[in-house]
Amino acid sequence: MTTTTTQALPPASAGLLRQRYRPRTRSAYPMWFFLPAVALYVVFFAIPTFASFYFSLTRWTLFDTTFIGFGNFVAFLQDPQLINGFVHTFEYGFVTSAAKVVLGFLLALFLTGPVIARGYLRAVIFFPVLVSTIGVGIVFKNLLDPFHGMVNALLGAVGLPQPGWFTDPNMALWTIAGVDVWKGIGIATLIFMAGIVAIPQEYYEAARMDGASSWRLVRTITIPLSRPAMATVVILSLIGGLRSFDIIWATTGGGPGFTSDVIASVIYKEYQAGFFGLSTAGNVVLFIVVTAVMVPVSWLLNRKQVDL
Amino acid sequence: MKLAPRITRSALAVGGVAVLIASLTGCSGGLGGGSASTGDKSVTSNSDLQHDTTITLLTGNDPASIAQGKAYADGFHKAEPKVTVKIDGSKPAGGDGDNYVKTKLSTGDMDDVFLYNSGSLFQALDPDKTLQPLGNEPWVEDVDANFKTTVSTSKGFYGAPVGTSFAGGVLYNKKVYAKLGLSVPTTWAQFLANSKKIKAAGITPVLQTYGDTWTAQLFVLGSFANISAADSSWAKQYTANDASAKYAKQPALEGFQHTQQVHDLGLLNKDYAALTNVNGLKELAEGKAAQYPMLGVVISNVQQSNPDQVNDIGIFPLPADNGADTRLTVWEPGAAYIPTSTTGDKLIAAKKFVAWMNSSAGCAVQNKVVAPSGPYSISTCKLPSTVNTVVSDTQQYVQQGKAGVALEFLSAIKGPNLEKILIQVGSGISTAAQGAALYDEDVKKQAQQLGLSGWN
Repeated sequence: MTTTTTQALPPASAGLLRQRYRPRTRSAYPMWFFLPAVALYVVFFAIPTFASFYFSLTRWTLFDTTFIGFGNFVAFLQDPQLINGFVHTFEYGFVTSAAKVVLGFLLALFLTGPVIARGYLRAVIFFPVLVSTIGVGIVFKNLLDPFHGMVNALLGAVGLPQPGWFTDPNMALWTIAGVDVWKGIGIATLIFMAGIVAIPQEYYEAARMDGASSWRLVRTITIPLSRPAMATVVILSLIGGLRSFDIIWATTGGGPGFTSDVIASVIYKEYQAGFFGLSTAGNVVLFIVVTAVMVPVSWLLNRKQVDL
Repeated sequence: MKLAPRITRSALAVGGVAVLIASLTGCSGGLGGGSASTGDKSVTSNSDLQHDTTITLLTGNDPASIAQGKAYADGFHKAEPKVTVKIDGSKPAGGDGDNYVKTKLSTGDMDDVFLYNSGSLFQALDPDKTLQPLGNEPWVEDVDANFKTTVSTSKGFYGAPVGTSFAGGVLYNKKVYAKLGLSVPTTWAQFLANSKKIKAAGITPVLQTYGDTWTAQLFVLGSFANISAADSSWAKQYTANDASAKYAKQPALEGFQHTQQVHDLGLLNKDYAALTNVNGLKELAEGKAAQYPMLGVVISNVQQSNPDQVNDIGIFPLPADNGADTRLTVWEPGAAYIPTSTTGDKLIAAKKFVAWMNSSAGCAVQNKVVAPSGPYSISTCKLPSTVNTVVSDTQQYVQQGKAGVALEFLSAIKGPNLEKILIQVGSGISTAAQGAALYDEDVKKQAQQLGLSGWN
C-alpha cells in the first residue's frame, strides 16, 4: 500500500518516485545485512503461507491430518452461506467506500476552509479512528439496543419510530456500515485534506481573477486536482470494507441468522466449528480473490502515478 | 466435533455445572465396570507422594468457574497438604474453548487436570492418545454406568464426573400457572392453548432470547428425548446418514416447526431479537413471562438475581405433537481429565485431586459452590436435603422414566450453524422446512469433517 499512500502527495513528488526505476547501482552494504529480515519473513510468513496450501487439502483436527485432495474446496464453494456472504461483502465494501469518499471529501472541504476551531474539529473527526474497533462495536451495540439503548430512548421521547438497528434482518448490515463509516471517516478526511492543501493557491487566485464562483472553484479545481487523494481513499476503504470482520463480529456476529454475514465471518465460523482444513481452504480462496482484485488495482494506480 | 456444542458450553459458563442423571435408563450400559478400565495399575493413586507437589487446574475463564476451581483447590489442599493446586482460569467459552483445549493437548501444554464436557466433545479430543486412562482408580465403581459411556472410548475410561446432570425443557412460572388455573401440558396443542390463555391475561406466553444466540436451540435440542421416544434408533440412523433420519422429516422436523409457530402466532416477547438469557430469566422469575424453553442449569442465575423467586420456577418437558412421546431431555455432567503430558509425582497428585473431588469432602464443596441442577452421576455424591423446584421436577421425570439423554451423548454430529438457522426460523426470516433442510446440509459438512463413513 505504500505506493497508494504516496498518491496523495502533490505532483512535484512524482519525480522522486520515478527514481526507483533507475538501474541499480552497487550497494554500500553487504548482502548479508539482509539475512535477519529474510529469516523472519521466511519463518513467520512464507512457511505458514505454504503450509496453509497443504493444510487446505487435508481434514485437520489439530491431532492429525488426512489428505483429502480438493474436498475442502468443493465443500467451501458449495456452502449455502457462501453466495450470501459474497453478496454482503461487496454490498458492504461498496457502500462504506462510497460514503467515506463523499462524506470525507465534504468534511475535508469544510475543514480546510476558514472555520472557527478548525484544529479542534479536525481532531474530533479523527478521534474515532484511534478507538479500538471492538470497543466501538460494543458501545454501539448498547447505544442502539432496540429496547434499552440510548438512541431509541431519545427517538421514542420525540415520538419517532424506534427501529431494531442490529436486530432487524433488513437493517443490520446497513447499521454496521453506518458505524464503520463513523469510525473510518477520519482517515478519509485526513487524506482528502492533505490532497486539498497540496493544491497550489495560484490556481485559485487565477480563477478568482477570471470571476469564478466558489462552487466553480470546487468543481473545476479542487475535485480534479484531489483525484490522487480520492483514488487512495477509494482503494483503502474498499479493501478495508471487503475484508472487514471485527466490527461485524462485535455487533451482530453475522446475525440475525445470516443476514449480516460476510466472507470473513463465514470463514471464521468454520474455524470456530473446528473445521480447520475447510477454513484454511476458505482462506486460500479469499487470498486468491483479494489478489485478483488488488493486482489490477495497483497496476492501475501505478500507471496513473506516471501520468501525473 | 461440535456435537455437544455451544448449548452446553454456554450454559456451563453461565450457570455452573452439570451432571448426570443416575437413573437414566435409555442408553448404554455396555461399557460398565471392568471393560472400561484399562489403566496402568503401577501408577495409580495408591502410591504416596515423597515431595511437595504443585499441579495446575484448567477452568473456564468466567468468574463462576474460577471461583469453583478455587474452592476445589482450597478444599483439596486441606485434605492433602503436600499438594498445592493452582488455578489456570483461561479457557474461553464456546467453540474457542474447544480449540484452546485441543491446541493445548496437541502441543503437550495442557494443565495437569482440566474440566471439560463429556460426550461428543470429549470424543473429539482423541482421548486414547491425549488422556491418562483412569479406569483402575478406586472410585470408578461408584460412577453411574450411563455416565461411563460418555467419558470412555473402546480402549479406556478417562474422566471423573464433576457437577450434576441437568435437563432441557420449558422453565415455567408456577405462580402464573396457578393464577390462571393452567396444568402442565403434555402435548404441543395443550402448550399452545395454555400460551393463548397466558397471552389473554397480558403476560408474555413464550420467552425467546436471541441476544444470546445459543438459547435459540432449545426447541430442537431440548426435545431430542421426544424424537428418541418416537423412534429409538433415530440417533444411530442419523449418524449413519440414513435418509429416514433427517431434520427435514418427522419426528425431528417438529422442533423447527414449533420454533416457527411460536413466532407466527405472536406468542413471543416483543424484544425476543435482543433480549439476553439473564434478563429473560428475570422476567420469568418476576412473572412478566410465563414459559421459557431453557436448560435447567441456568437456574443458578435466578438464585443470584431473584433469590426469593427461585422456587416459583419449575420445569416440564417440551411437549411433542403426540403426547405419548413427550420426555424430558437430560444432559450428562462434565468431567475432570488428566492429560498424558502429566507424569511422575504430578500424575500421582492429579489422580489424588480427581479422586478427592468425588469424595464426601469434595461432594460437600460441589454442593456448596455449584448449584445442583439434577442428580449426581457418582453414588458418593448426594444432593443436599433441600433442592429447588427445578431440580425436584427434573428428578421426578427421571424417576418416572419420562426422560432421555440429549443427542450429543448419542451421536458425534452437530452442525455448527444450528443456532443461526433457528434464529432465522424463529424470527420469520425463513420457514421451518427451509431451516431444517439447511441444517441437514450443515450436518453433512460436520460429518464429512469428522470423516464418518457413509457421508461422502
